[in-house]
Amino acid sequence: MKLTKYLILILVCNASFAELRIEVTKGVDNAVPIAIVPFEWRDRGVLPEDPSRVVTSDLLQSGRFDTLPTEQMLSLPHSKSEVYFRDWRMLNVEYLVIGHLKLSGDQILLHFELYNVFKQAVEVTQEIVGGVHELRDMAHHVSDVVFEKLTGIEGAFSTQILYVTVNGTGEERRFNLNVADADGRRPEALVSSPEPILSASWAPDGKRIAYVSFEKDDRPAIYIRDVDTGSKEQITNFPGLNGAPAWSPDGSNMAMVLSRDGNPEIYIMDLKTRSLRRITRHYAIDTEPSWRADGEALVFTSNRGGQPQIYQITLSNLQLERLTFEGDYNARARVLPDGENMIMVHRRNGVFHIALLDLERGRLKVLTETSLDESPSIAPNGSMLIYATLHRGQGILAAVSVDGGVKFRLPSSEGDVREPDWSPRKRRIFKPNM
Amino acid sequence: MATTRIGRLFALGLTLALMFGCASNKPEEADTGDSSATPGGETPTSDRRSVEPAQLPEVVKPPVPETRGTVLWVPGSDSDSQTDLVQLPGRFYFDFDQAIVKRAGHPELSQHAQYLAQNRSKTLRLEGHADERGTREYNLALGERRANAVKAYLSAQGAVGRQIEVISYGEEKPAGAGHDEASWAQNRRVDLVYR
Repeated sequence: MKLTKYLILILVCNASFAELRIEVTKGVDNAVPIAIVPFEWRDRGVLPEDPSRVVTSDLLQSGRFDTLPTEQMLSLPHSKSEVYFRDWRMLNVEYLVIGHLKLSGDQILLHFELYNVFKQAVEVTQEIVGGVHELRDMAHHVSDVVFEKLTGIEGAFSTQILYVTVNGTGEERRFNLNVADADGRRPEALVSSPEPILSASWAPDGKRIAYVSFEKDDRPAIYIRDVDTGSKEQITNFPGLNGAPAWSPDGSNMAMVLSRDGNPEIYIMDLKTRSLRRITRHYAIDTEPSWRADGEALVFTSNRGGQPQIYQITLSNLQLERLTFEGDYNARARVLPDGENMIMVHRRNGVFHIALLDLERGRLKVLTETSLDESPSIAPNGSMLIYATLHRGQGILAAVSVDGGVKFRLPSSEGDVREPDWSPRKRRIFKPNM
Repeated sequence: MATTRIGRLFALGLTLALMFGCASNKPEEADTGDSSATPGGETPTSDRRSVEPAQLPEVVKPPVPETRGTVLWVPGSDSDSQTDLVQLPGRFYFDFDQAIVKRAGHPELSQHAQYLAQNRSKTLRLEGHADERGTREYNLALGERRANAVKAYLSAQGAVGRQIEVISYGEEKPAGAGHDEASWAQNRRVDLVYR
């Protein structure tokens, strides 16, 4: 019996293909000095993964923390009685995380504590229980708790990212729709096709995704897929464009672009009845709809003024308002959860960047200095956004904080990576015991 | 009388074929140094290139005949005779964020229209494309606009709607793999594919 437990712990394999790895390119100037002491394992065998290392890399990669290397620690405490605050003060560490793990039936219990070194006070004490295969999820939970406690911003370490990879060229080309943890680890291909896959987005419940695929008869159609069960449903089959699916905030409707009436127009489909309501009526291109958080209006791209610009349409009366005036190319906007800011693709001096527009004051701020930037997607905490860019001739994902203070990229070892969509929910939610 | 007409059309076709050999339908601002990828003619299909133009080997690969989107035509005749064929280019180029069929392409497109008018059983698929700049869904719409613009031209010149199918791939199927103006110019295109 004990032997079985031992085996379970070491047999967890690490399947990996072309993982994305975070490289921080810009952190905040006043990063918080923090020490995460390696957690103690109080049972037999060896854990397949050390959660404290995951926590360390999470916090370091956030760009807001300066983590103390283990070699520099003067002691490795695992409980409060072993903590000498004077040691940590000498190392200029402001916060300290300690913890231990042990078996709890077939599962693993993780106990962790966060200390304020200067106040010599505990900020958080928690115990969570999870499966052997969930050590990374448990670690991301610790990161989320620490991050939120110290920054006031909800952590996004437990979230996931949906993205498209393209490998090979010509006849050999392969499009994959993948999902991975927010740190690029544990990637998994959900859909694979020799024909284009694009515009993937999470449903608000985080359980389903919508995407456009040319897999059937070499024509575009919108599909909905259940992430866990893998069941798939084709929801549009109209002549012409079937694209840009956008879930309503309550998940009951989907805005989309169809050109079945001869022209790209925005429609809303009731996902239960499949009935369509036409929203735009113009000979220009109308595309890339996105819902405002209140569900009462859509923002979309239209070239009705001669160049692509962002417009807003109120759904109750179809009243139209142009939102962007600066620049000759503004497209694919997403209104932030606060309803006051919007991110979009913006061309400046011929180069495509991601920009933030303050809708109240009309102030525009370019957030990225890379080129061919596109497909910005905002984290559920509203503070980071991920986007696709070109880096040394390769399509990669990169991220930037909404305030511009933190930047990182997620290069891949092979192929082009594009169209990230940040999941609205955590992959696994743990209920703390205390 | 009829012979003269066919002869005249054939002469026109020959002239076009010659012009076409001189890459009259070359995209604007295409890098002239990249002659192996001259679009439109009897040149390698750019789709099959796996390297970026900058990395092209010094030795140019032997040209692979461009089959996608071209048609062999006996002007003024509906026969499928293999003699006296004229090859029409099957690729037409556009300016950035534009869906206007360029005047330079009108003569060749008119010949396609004539071919379709004379061969009602033939069907054509117009595949619209865009370069990688800008957003993907906008580019899908733009590619469709380009293909529709070609369709409108062909229809006005005698082809009938049921002969023509339109599809857009946006920026998803580039002809040139580079990230420069030379590749972008190759990618802003409509391919004519006979079925």
